[in-house]
Amino acid sequence: MSDPTLPETMAEIFARHRGQEGPMLPILHAAMEAFGHIPEGAVPLIAEELNLGRAEVHGVISFYHDFRKEPAGHHLLKICRAEACQAVGANALTERVLAKLGIGWGETTPDGRITVEPVYCLGLCACGPAAMVGDRVIGRADETKIEEALA
Amino acid sequence: MKIYVPRDSAAKALGADAVAAAIAAEAEARGLDVTVIRNGTRGMIWLEPLVEIDEGGARHAFGPVTPADVPALLDGTLEGLGKVEDIPFFARQTRLTFARCGLIDPLDLDAYEAHGGLAGLRRAIALTGQQIVDKVKDSGLRGRGGAGFPTGIKWQTVHDAEADQKYIVCNADEGDSGTFADRMIMEGDPFTLIEGMAIAGLAVGATKGYVYLRSEYPDAIEVMQEAVRIGRARGFLGADVLGSGRTYDMEIRVGAGAYVCGEETSLLNSLEGKRGIVRAKPPLPALEGFLGKPTVVNNVISLATVPVIFEKGAQHYADFGLGRSKGTMPIQIAGNVKYGGLFETAFGMPLGELVNDVAGGTATGRPVKAVQVGGPLGAYMPPSKFDTPFAYEEFDGQGGLIGHAGVVIFDDSADMLQMARFAMEFCAVESCGKCTPCRIGAVRGVETIDRIAEGDGGAKELLVDLCETMTDGSLCALGGLTPYPVLSALENYPDDFATRKEAAE
Ligand SMILES: Cc1cc2nc3c(=O)[nH]c(=O)nc-3n(C[C@H](O)[C@H](O)[C@H](O)COP(=O)(O)O)c2cc1C
Ligand code: SF4
Ligand code: FES
Ligand code: FES
Repeated sequence: MSDPTLPETMAEIFARHRGQEGPMLPILHAAMEAFGHIPEGAVPLIAEELNLGRAEVHGVISFYHDFRKEPAGHHLLKICRAEACQAVGANALTERVLAKLGIGWGETTPDGRITVEPVYCLGLCACGPAAMVGDRVIGRADETKIEEALA
Repeated sequence: MKIYVPRDSAAKALGADAVAAAIAAEAEARGLDVTVIRNGTRGMIWLEPLVEIDEGGARHAFGPVTPADVPALLDGTLEGLGKVEDIPFFARQTRLTFARCGLIDPLDLDAYEAHGGLAGLRRAIALTGQQIVDKVKDSGLRGRGGAGFPTGIKWQTVHDAEADQKYIVCNADEGDSGTFADRMIMEGDPFTLIEGMAIAGLAVGATKGYVYLRSEYPDAIEVMQEAVRIGRARGFLGADVLGSGRTYDMEIRVGAGAYVCGEETSLLNSLEGKRGIVRAKPPLPALEGFLGKPTVVNNVISLATVPVIFEKGAQHYADFGLGRSKGTMPIQIAGNVKYGGLFETAFGMPLGELVNDVAGGTATGRPVKAVQVGGPLGAYMPPSKFDTPFAYEEFDGQGGLIGHAGVVIFDDSADMLQMARFAMEFCAVESCGKCTPCRIGAVRGVETIDRIAEGDGGAKELLVDLCETMTDGSLCALGGLTPYPVLSALENYPDDFATRKEAAE
């Protein structure tokens, strides 16, 4: 199961971040970028690099919404749940999108294509409902625009 | 001919990239000499993508533009909006912090200088740290992140602290719903923030700065990182800031999706690589902040406002505003709104004028039911409170807060019981877990509101008690102020909380 390139990739990430003050989050983001999640096997390596206990590293990973323990689907769709988007129908849109995909918040379609997660504000509050697929932002989102972005 | 197409993420979210590509392709096909400049946004989001054409002289605006409009745009037959400066929403503003946003290519340092950039930093370089701090005090600038603490006084504490290393930390976690001013300035005029941070560094004797920028803003991260690289290459950042012999350098750090990390002590823990748990104060971050060193933590807009204070003078800035709320505030108008966007104005405009006049009421055309000011911890203001002037003390007096100045408009279809429930749910999801009243109280809050919805009128009293416990027993404003939206919904919209039995009576 474990990725044979893991130690090498992590060593390369550590080398890039040595000398930084507070390198934990940058290292975790780099691991997310490399693997799409934080592989369990990376935890002892990070603990050793930063001179921390494994439990402490686990504690940090689990605190933040961004750090996943499992890979997401091919597309990560985030839909804004916050107040300004609710004011323009975000809840109804979300219900329709989730019903069509047949999944709930935080779940991945059985074919592994799409994961849907809630997000609390994307700074697109004057053109909501707002959504994001990967790094691509969608304003005045509707089902058509979301489907296009997922294509 | 120069054509401006914003690269701001709200413009992109409404199709600006496709419009820019269509303009480039059409111009090429026609053999026209067109330079497409990707500027920041002018802040009128209902007109995005807002394209401006400059044929030497005035800039003419068009919007919202679609790729299909591009041939007409280049033919000169597309109906335009005239000059941006003449559009009423824009003409009514006082743009100090946002003066350059949307005017220039955000990463063009020469254009930045040509429009007044770096003038403030050059003035500050000629002053002592204490003189810089005094000017910020004179300007009356208060923190724009939420609490409104006087920026100059915070800087004084860090200035006076003795330490081998001090830091400037910019809070760019902007998690409040309905706010996007930080994002817009970072995407549209990033050098302003960098300049403000450099002035802060000179003021307090800090040689290193960090911007803690939320991961939900990939475009802002990209622009800020590039701006720092350019700043270093051009000697604006580094060991010899603009040839002054003084050192100031900085890094962009990316958050990881936790609302509470906008709270300054949680942010510092996160920056250090720990869980974003809120720290008890004292010690103040100003004395024991990042890695235990004296640290200025300021919001993006607080810091990005510093350059104009030095460019135009502290008194010039302080002459705007109302009472102890001096200067201007970039107000963000969002939600169910006809003319949404960024509106920078002197403190003091009545809320109703903003909502009905400037913003044109709701997008749906239905009556305004509620306006949430100040993000998820802000109160729901009913139209009966619309004469409240937009300023710190005035909102406080109405049981509200202006926070980071987000104004979220709801029409009469909003169910305020559901909004109160959401406030509790949000608190439960985002609680750092340190205090029981916040961590457990918010979960109980959701359950209690559900009981009210199911017809248990007696649960209302319980909800009020619970809010009291949260207010009294929470270490930070997440648990401490969640009662604002909840209780303001309950007080101002009793019908939405009436049980079916009560409603029938
Ligand atoms: C739960 C919570 C979230 C906050 N989020 C932010 C934020 O996203 N941005 C911000 O500048 N301040 C935020 N604050 C306020 C900060 O704690 C702090 O007051 C501010 O960064 C100080 O900068 P200023 O004086 O320039 O406003 C938050 C506070 C709390 C309690
Ligand atoms: S009020 Fe909530 S978020 Fe704030 S410190 Fe307490 S538990 Fe953490
Ligand atoms: S509330 Fe949805 S983008 Fe801000
Ligand atoms: S646990 Fe210390 S204030 Fe709540």
